[in-house]
Amino acid sequence: MKLTKLLTSVAVAAGLFAGPASAEDMRIALVVKALGIGFFEAAAKGAEEAASELGDVEIIYTGPTDTTAEGQIEVINSLIAQNVDAIAVSANDTDALVPTLQKAMQRGITVISWDSGVAEEGRQMHLNPSSNALIGNMIIKLAADHLPDGGEVAVLSATTTSTNQNIWIEEMNKVMGDYPGIDVVATVYGDDLADKSYREATGLIQSYPDLDAIIAPTSVGIVAAAQAVVDAGKVGSVNVTGLGLPSEMAGAIESGASQSFAIWNPIDLGYSAAMIAYHLAKGDATAEPGASIPMGRMGDVTLDDTNAGAMADPFVYDASNIAEFKDIF
Amino acid sequence: MSVLNSREAILVGAILVLLGIVASRFPGFVTPTNLVAVFTDTAPLIILALGQMVVILTRSIDLSVAANLALTGMVCALINVSFPGVPIGVLVLLALALGATMGAINGFLVWKLAIPPIVVTLGTMTIFRGIIFLLTDGSWVNSHQMSAAFKAFPRETVLGLPVLGWIAVIVTLILGLVMGRTTLGRAFFAVGGNPHAAVYTGINVGRTQFLAFVISGMLAGLTGYLWVARYAVAYVDIAGGFELDVVAACVIGGVAIAGGVATVSGAVLGALFLGIIKNALPVIDVSPFWQLAISGAAIIIAVAFNARTGRSKGRVILKSAEHTQ
Repeated sequence: MKLTKLLTSVAVAAGLFAGPASAEDMRIALVVKALGIGFFEAAAKGAEEAASELGDVEIIYTGPTDTTAEGQIEVINSLIAQNVDAIAVSANDTDALVPTLQKAMQRGITVISWDSGVAEEGRQMHLNPSSNALIGNMIIKLAADHLPDGGEVAVLSATTTSTNQNIWIEEMNKVMGDYPGIDVVATVYGDDLADKSYREATGLIQSYPDLDAIIAPTSVGIVAAAQAVVDAGKVGSVNVTGLGLPSEMAGAIESGASQSFAIWNPIDLGYSAAMIAYHLAKGDATAEPGASIPMGRMGDVTLDDTNAGAMADPFVYDASNIAEFKDIF
Repeated sequence: MSVLNSREAILVGAILVLLGIVASRFPGFVTPTNLVAVFTDTAPLIILALGQMVVILTRSIDLSVAANLALTGMVCALINVSFPGVPIGVLVLLALALGATMGAINGFLVWKLAIPPIVVTLGTMTIFRGIIFLLTDGSWVNSHQMSAAFKAFPRETVLGLPVLGWIAVIVTLILGLVMGRTTLGRAFFAVGGNPHAAVYTGINVGRTQFLAFVISGMLAGLTGYLWVARYAVAYVDIAGGFELDVVAACVIGGVAIAGGVATVSGAVLGALFLGIIKNALPVIDVSPFWQLAISGAAIIIAVAFNARTGRSKGRVILKSAEHTQ
């Protein structure tokens, strides 16, 4: 009796730490940029959710203590030695991890990247939290949802040369036809500086007395615009929305300057990464251009020519869920 | 020197012309409420320009002011988050002390180790920003973490002007008093005008420069708290590149970059000129691609005017020497 118990715990310990792959549970390693970051802790929570849904999966949440590629290489090498079934990594460096991850794939380990990608040759597929088209649509939808009768909106961007913001605004303009009555009256640039963004937002409020919303697809801009709206006494008449982090926007939601804003949901992201890794390792899906891989409750992801796919629309944060997320990231 | 010909008169004229042009495109800009808002928005620049003026006057330059502001602001924000009970008065004193300490480090290196000021402050600029990163790991202090009193102080309105604006007024008055009515103020001019002659009159040049850096640092520290409270956010990069605006305000205000020439009113007017441009550009519907070029051109035009009026004729004091040259 006692001996059996001892043997079992030894077996469990071996399975957990360094032993040969146990036949029953599939082991998926979630490698993050660094341990102790709220965003990744939340992603791990999502991965655990996927594991309990799938049943026969064990999640190994790991990563270096600081955000270095060297640290991640060490972690991945030890995962290869443990012969895990799949590695899902958010990379600190696009290229530096490639040789190590190639070694893992040669040993038959499924390798995917998520959040922050690895170069194509170093992974089977990459999961983006969202796509430019989805983000472009989301930022105008956020403003339009609170303007059933239409209205004037203005965009407060980062710099005139910020690639991401320019693409998102371009994508937004493409879908403007779906939002009749919504007028984009101006696009201004706050250069991702708090003081300039604040002045630009104040300028918008002055120049367009009927302005209904300011869309800021940048985390510095959205916070500064919210503060400018509060200081101008325009809470309730000008809604600030766009892309921001819950921890940074909690004050703006509380003051009412912002009704809602969006950004990826790390829980969904970790959940989806684990789901994809599971299906690829199991062999019931293959990562190839055009392939569709199931992600449980998040639907399917379709891969493009570079084997990358977008998870979903950015997740919307408002007064109902801000408290839950503001301490996470 | 006639009043009409002075730098200050020309700057006042330039500011009025500027306001006229802006008003012709956006009349709302010159309403009293908006002018108060513009003045308040420019207050940090005025405070920093006054500190910078003293430093430049003594033939030095302080490029670390924006980094000093960011570090002091972050420390104030962190204290507020950890100990929300600390009264604002204590925080303001702490910001002054911390800023002065950082200024003293600059001043000490310039004074005792005789390192060129531009090199010293370029170095400390990066060090101060680096320290913020060490303190916070790059994370932000956000609006909802700060106490209401912390954020409200610079916004509190007294006699129609927010406290932030009043502080700029008070700092201007104090600096005016120091520069015009104290031996320290005279020493700044003497050291900048002719350091060798200053030594012969018994002025310690290094010590005077040290004190200039302390004043500049102290004002940067004060602005640090005000900045963070006003924008209700603190992170590593706040006020990035602001040191150049501060130097530009001084230069527009007729502060000679080679030292020796400066006035308090000039520095204030220079800051106001720049502040009005910064506030006007967003409302007069100018393409953002042109805005930077316009700001730059305005600075050069203002300086060109100053250089013309400021050119001293040079008096011939030795007739015979004139012919031998």
